[in-house]
Amino acid sequence: MTSTPKSTRGLWRYLLPAAVLLGLVVFFYLSLGRDMQTLPSPLIGKPAPQFELPSLADPAQSISNRELAGRMYLLNVWGSWCVGCRQEHDTLVEIARRGEIPILGLNWKDEREAAQHWLRSLGDPYIASAFDDEGRVAIDWGVYGAPETFLVDAAGQIIHKQIGPLDLQIWERDFAPRIRSGRSAAGAANP
Amino acid sequence: MKPFMRTSMHPRLACLVACLLIGGMTLAVNPAYAIDEAPAFQDQAMQARYERLARELRCLVCRSETIADSNAPLAADLRRQLRELMAAGQSDAQILQYMTDRYGDYVLYKPPLVPRTWLLWSAPFLLLLGGVATAIVVIVRKSRLPDTDPSDPGLGAP
Repeated sequence: MTSTPKSTRGLWRYLLPAAVLLGLVVFFYLSLGRDMQTLPSPLIGKPAPQFELPSLADPAQSISNRELAGRMYLLNVWGSWCVGCRQEHDTLVEIARRGEIPILGLNWKDEREAAQHWLRSLGDPYIASAFDDEGRVAIDWGVYGAPETFLVDAAGQIIHKQIGPLDLQIWERDFAPRIRSGRSAAGAANP
Repeated sequence: MKPFMRTSMHPRLACLVACLLIGGMTLAVNPAYAIDEAPAFQDQAMQARYERLARELRCLVCRSETIADSNAPLAADLRRQLRELMAAGQSDAQILQYMTDRYGDYVLYKPPLVPRTWLLWSAPFLLLLGGVATAIVVIVRKSRLPDTDPSDPGLGAP
């Protein structure tokens, strides 16, 4: 062996681990910003599951999303036990005040009394809330943690899902454009 | 010496054996009660199938647990759903499909072999291959080196 290949080999001995380290650093740095908590929903682009549940306000009444067929709406999964729901509540009240889109509530694994008290004291942004104390409808919608918010278009398809508390910034970024394009598509279909 | 050893060791040993026996019996007697408070099915085969399926499904709240292991309310709801689907006569494949339709592949505790998971599934073999290749290179290189061990009588002799 001559000295030239030996010295290049010696150089590789230092460069290779450094390159591997650099690769790992870049990979981990990029992974830092990745959201590992949010799971993609297989329901996006699929028809929204139909449900019929007793109303939170009045057990004798039933609430169904069939009544909203042909309209765009939000389905917001909430519970009075849920901290993130408290955090996003003011945002929901604001969205409801703007009147752009009806918000249907799915009150998930809650106690009726506590949930009613929550709406009385914090304001009620929902056109109605369905009372899903057994969590059966939530399973159909693939819910795994409140708050979750689904955007359903006029054709009855789920077009977006927000996992975690909403705020107006997320609303303007993820929801408002989809609602606008949904509206214009519907307008073009039946002028 | 011998009698002394016997008298001092024997009670401890007996205690250890007793503890292991009691522990073993508890484990042997209780498997049906491991998930819910009472067995879900009277039929032993159904109960075994229920427990196996519960261990194949992930609790989505506490990600590193199956719905058999987790105490989360969602896990309890999913177990109830599983029992009902089984009672309704659904097959294993239908039940797993029902869960993935709602929660995606992530609900399966064992990831399916799809293009997205090829790297995941092949990683152990790739690492093993890398290790074997490295070992071969090192061994071949070492065997090519002149043996300069002075204590080796074969080479040191003129």
